[in-house]
Amino acid sequence: MQNGRDISALPPAQRDYGIVFQSYALFPNLTVAANVGYGLVNRRMSRGEIRTRVTELLKLVGLPGSEPKYPSQLSGGQQQRIALARALATSPGLLLLDEPLSALDALERVRLRGEIRLLQKKVGVTTIMVTHDQEEALSMADRVVVMNQGALEQVGTPREIYEQPASPFVADFIGRVNVLDAVSLGAGRYRAGRLALSANGSLHDAGTRVRLYLRPEDRVVEGSLDGESNQVHGQIAKVEFLGGHCLAELQVPELEGQPLSVFFSLNQMRELGIREGSELRLALRADRIRVFAS
Amino acid sequence: MSAVLSVERPRLLGVELAARTLLILAGLALAVFLLAPMLAIFVRAVQDNQGNYVGLVHFADYFATPALARSVWNSVWVSLVVAAITVPAAFVFAYALTRSCMPLKGTLRLIALLPLLAPSLLPAIAFIQWFGNQGVLKWVMGGVSVYGAPGIILSEVFNTFPHALMILIAALALADGRLYEAADALGTRRLRKFFTITLPGCKYGLLSAATVVFSYTISDFGAPKVIGGNFNVLAVDVFKQVIGQFNFSIGAVVGLLLLVPSVVAFGVDWVVRRRLTANLTARSVPFMPKPRRLFDNLMLAYCALVCLLLLAVLGMAVYTSLIQLWPYNLTLTLKHYHYALVAGDYAPAFWNSLKMGAWTAVIGTVFVFCTAYLLEKTRGLGPLRPALRLLALLSMAVPGLVLGLGYIMFFNHPQNPINFLYQTMAILAISTVVHYYTSGHLTAVTALKALDDEYESVSASLKVPFYKTFWRVTVPVCLPAILEIARYYFVVSISTLSCVVFLYAPHTILAAVAIMNMDEAGDIGPAAALGTLVVLASVGVCLLYALATRVLLAKSQAWRFNLEKS
Repeated sequence: MQNGRDISALPPAQRDYGIVFQSYALFPNLTVAANVGYGLVNRRMSRGEIRTRVTELLKLVGLPGSEPKYPSQLSGGQQQRIALARALATSPGLLLLDEPLSALDALERVRLRGEIRLLQKKVGVTTIMVTHDQEEALSMADRVVVMNQGALEQVGTPREIYEQPASPFVADFIGRVNVLDAVSLGAGRYRAGRLALSANGSLHDAGTRVRLYLRPEDRVVEGSLDGESNQVHGQIAKVEFLGGHCLAELQVPELEGQPLSVFFSLNQMRELGIREGSELRLALRADRIRVFAS
Repeated sequence: MSAVLSVERPRLLGVELAARTLLILAGLALAVFLLAPMLAIFVRAVQDNQGNYVGLVHFADYFATPALARSVWNSVWVSLVVAAITVPAAFVFAYALTRSCMPLKGTLRLIALLPLLAPSLLPAIAFIQWFGNQGVLKWVMGGVSVYGAPGIILSEVFNTFPHALMILIAALALADGRLYEAADALGTRRLRKFFTITLPGCKYGLLSAATVVFSYTISDFGAPKVIGGNFNVLAVDVFKQVIGQFNFSIGAVVGLLLLVPSVVAFGVDWVVRRRLTANLTARSVPFMPKPRRLFDNLMLAYCALVCLLLLAVLGMAVYTSLIQLWPYNLTLTLKHYHYALVAGDYAPAFWNSLKMGAWTAVIGTVFVFCTAYLLEKTRGLGPLRPALRLLALLSMAVPGLVLGLGYIMFFNHPQNPINFLYQTMAILAISTVVHYYTSGHLTAVTALKALDDEYESVSASLKVPFYKTFWRVTVPVCLPAILEIARYYFVVSISTLSCVVFLYAPHTILAAVAIMNMDEAGDIGPAAALGTLVVLASVGVCLLYALATRVLLAKSQAWRFNLEKS
């Protein structure tokens, strides 16, 4: 639906939208100015008006003065922004971004993420962006739609998607997650291996086989663990260094061979003396464990 | 519904509709000018002269006539011999060009491709001058007459050499340098590398070259007509049956027989093309030959010898056109040119050929490129597209002589509403466009496929109709390919014979036909002069093309620059 009309069945030319492709699809034989003004020429605008609009758009995307250049003289990120300017030129009611950042290198991608978001807020146009990069989706979107093989899995804000995944697929797809095979004991209690765990807010009949989904950061290690439920004790099997933090693999004898991955900041690593072979006690946060029938 | 929408809808639908209508029209054109004539031959082969169905009687008649049946065998063995000579000779030449560090590669390659510019009759005339009854080197033949199989073989080797060479250069250029580096690291001997890497790498190219040479030879009409003597081959049989005896039914039967090897060659080539593309991945590293003194010199000697022989053939044709009368009066003269262009019965032929070449280049290029564009870049009409693609490739499988035969049977039919085309320049141009369709089509498709598919989607989102994007973006970007198609069409159409020999009228006679007729009348000097003029015109167009591309590339350097890299 767009402005009250259903556009699903309309041919592309009758929908009111601007689009940016992964490949940008800039016309190589036209200058930046001609590319940006491509859709304007058709709208009975005078040359002067077009020139003004093009200048305005190029300023908007942060590339003023690039009118006489050709696309092949620009970097990938710059071409990207020209494609964005071209899509915005006709002031469409909807902007489609089809994996706009996936052809760029990692640094440029992170930088442009913020820029596109800023630009989108400035212009105030409804924007749909397709991406395979989960981080990109979480950092840029107001609302995320997770799709799996053409079927809709979940719609929600980035936080909802991350903290309350609606399905095992979403939990797996967005971010890292521990998956534990378990059996329901009823009343929010579950048995994984020889360990009894409780999880808030989910109901499964006693005896059903379930899977517990828990993110590596959803644990309590600091201060006194007395009174915390879901306490586990195990040995650090290995530590993966990831830059700002580490991912430690904890072997808990009661879990019978199902390892637990846990995030630690570098400070925590030092303060808690975590290294390969060290013993560790921690509590899994009952309010964060998601339970799905297996 | 907003007011804006109700205004917009009919106009944009009109644009979609226009694209589909154009595509349907293109499909209809190919159906009428390629499919229908072929069907006409099939129908004619099973009908008597009154149009009654007679089954396979004509086929039985044909094979019951020993002289005619022998032509089948003659055509086959001559074509096999030509393939057996041309392919190895062209392979060594292509190997030298791609895998050695010999000097003068560009020049040698250019000379080796020269036969493409000559009508297929021209080498036959030259070989008569070299080895014929009054030939300079008649003694070399040791009493064997050049008229017949030897002459046909010599002429066809000359004609097919560049065709095989181009395919083999392409095949050998596809080498992956990493394989050779790996072999070197394992201490592999040179000969073993050749047999384990080089030959397997280009086996499809060899196969493709062999089938192309075979089907070219078996369906060529010019050379056997001039130098074949009493040695009957299929292509000349069709001509004799239709033009000499007005026996259209037997002509149709022979035409269908000629279609067989071409269709087989087409099938082989189709399979080979698909394998070839899979052979090389994007990660391959191009092979770089290293200088090896002895090998490079040997290769240079071989290529120089081949070029010398090719030039000797062309040179003899040019020499014949410039002397009074071989071998009695060797004074230089331009009278043959005067006769061929001004004084003789066939004076309009050369100008007609130029006109036809220009028409073909214009009509053919526009039609081929627009059809390829509609086919590749527009949407809708699902089932029509594969059918059109097949038709575009199929034209290669139809020998010119067979296509021409189909044209008389189809367009000469009194009930055909478009039989007004018959005996016009238009039908000559159309038949040539259709006959050489495949090559131009592939050039256009390759160029179009290199373009981003999303240009059309972007235009649609900006509400710019497809034809504007076609004109502002697609055509300028594809201009080198468009010029290449035009050049190709001009060059092939001014030297083509087989396709037009059934279709010309006295006022639309073409150079190649005139050469054939003058040769038959014994006017070998004017025939050679006209052949030389055709070669010169082709060379001129090729130079013009080179100049145009250079100017164009310089002009568009600002945006073409770096385009290949990105």
